[in-house]
Amino acid sequence: MIAEHVAFGIIAAVMVASALRVVTTRDIVHAALYLVIVLAGVAALFLLVGAEFTGITQVLIYIGAVIVLFLFGIMLTRSDFDQDAETDHKRKFPAVLTALLLLAVMIGALVDRFEDIELDPTPQTTAQVSDELFSQYIVPFEAVSVLLLAALIGAIVIARREEGG
Amino acid sequence: MLLNEMLLLGAVLFCIGVYGVLARRNGVLVLMSIELILNAVNINLIAFGAFHDTVVGQIFALFVITVAAAEVGIGLAIVLLLYRNRRSIDLDQVDLMKG
Repeated sequence: MIAEHVAFGIIAAVMVASALRVVTTRDIVHAALYLVIVLAGVAALFLLVGAEFTGITQVLIYIGAVIVLFLFGIMLTRSDFDQDAETDHKRKFPAVLTALLLLAVMIGALVDRFEDIELDPTPQTTAQVSDELFSQYIVPFEAVSVLLLAALIGAIVIARREEGG
Repeated sequence: MLLNEMLLLGAVLFCIGVYGVLARRNGVLVLMSIELILNAVNINLIAFGAFHDTVVGQIFALFVITVAAAEVGIGLAIVLLLYRNRRSIDLDQVDLMKG
């Protein structure tokens, strides 16, 4: 139990520090690389509470695919004369205020409702997940497949160069 | 491990993401902040799934991951089109529909 606490503490500290760097660093490529650390931390947390399939999927989809997509997006949208363009707004106070107020409300609600509830995770196997997914949740599964297909075709149509244009 | 530790970590990540969406001007960086928000949601889903000892939390997290992948694809396509038309992805300059 103690080892679990220590592991969670380390992962959480690294994740929060990296997440802060994602939203504050001025270099866009660095922000993408810090995002990798946060996403890897999320995957580690999933494994820590026994959600093995989602943990592996997190690594495959996010770190494997989404980050590469982000890096391509950064490369394609960065021009030489735009190198030191502003990445942040001049006045950050409203954004800081909004985030802190939201955090205060959420921490208050969570501490008030879920104080001292012990989480005793039992591993949930991939077989259990697939049984549930392909029986009770088969219709949402198919719907989300069509959504993904439609979104990717849409992305191609949007990003495609016009003929002769 | 306490349930609240996971939920509070999710809350902190969510608020960092909200700050990023509000404070950043670069289109790609705003999309990254949205990814932070979606991951905070996933942490909550997994935590409650483990708490209630059901795999439904994992299944919902998988749906969120799928929708996030679709969202990044569309989002980056839009940012790319924006760059191609204006030579800049500064979101402050996208004020075509400003009244």
